[in-house]
Amino acid sequence: MSDEIEFNTAGVTKKFMYVNRKAPYGTIYALEVLEAVLISAAFEQHACIVFVDDGVYQIKKGQDTDAVNMKNFSKTYGIIAMEKEDADEDDDIDMVWRIIVEQESMEARGLRADDFVIDVEVIPSDKLAVIMSEQEIVISG
Amino acid sequence: MAYEVNGKSFDSDEEGYLVDLASWNEELANLIAKDEEIEMTEEHWEVVNFLRDYYNEYQIAPAVRVLIKAVKKKLGADKGSNKYMYELFPYGPAKQACKIAGLPKPTGCV
Repeated sequence: MSDEIEFNTAGVTKKFMYVNRKAPYGTIYALEVLEAVLISAAFEQHACIVFVDDGVYQIKKGQDTDAVNMKNFSKTYGIIAMEKEDADEDDDIDMVWRIIVEQESMEARGLRADDFVIDVEVIPSDKLAVIMSEQEIVISG
Repeated sequence: MAYEVNGKSFDSDEEGYLVDLASWNEELANLIAKDEEIEMTEEHWEVVNFLRDYYNEYQIAPAVRVLIKAVKKKLGADKGSNKYMYELFPYGPAKQACKIAGLPKPTGCV
């Protein structure tokens, strides 16, 4: 057996965008997208996570899921906040994180940028379209 | 399936993962570890306790590299390796340590 097993994650890096469109509970979409984000992050892929339509509720503060008997996975976004901080500070990590909330969706629901469990960029729809066109892989849920 | 500790029964799924996270206790952890043929040492407890704290905070088990980084911080650089983790938990930290910590089976490749 070799002395040390190292994960070799060097290799191809692509720009991934994840588009969250649905409310957090009631369907499995939101949780599945989050799982996909965490897995692609393990391979140090660029991750641009977008919240539009009812998807903005996924990261709203103050969720209480006891009554629906589901796990409150908005807390899991704490991991993404941590990973983003690491990637932003450590020059050795060649990874770009962006967390974006579409402005129109946010405002239509009476929410503000400080209503979320994670720091977000608030970007209007037309500018978001440009960012989307720059991605290599877009996954929506 | 279920575990029996001091006359109390704890439900588990068909692979031996505890159903009710909140019902976990250290005696139960020792029993699960025995089934896994693991003798719990201080180092094992460090990992198990870290997993429980992390799960409480983030509602998910950490990726292996996050676990290794945390162990490195707590127990020293010589122990912050994949190899060390597999010495403690020969069938993998995700599978065995999570089971002993009473967490659900990790999904995906974390």
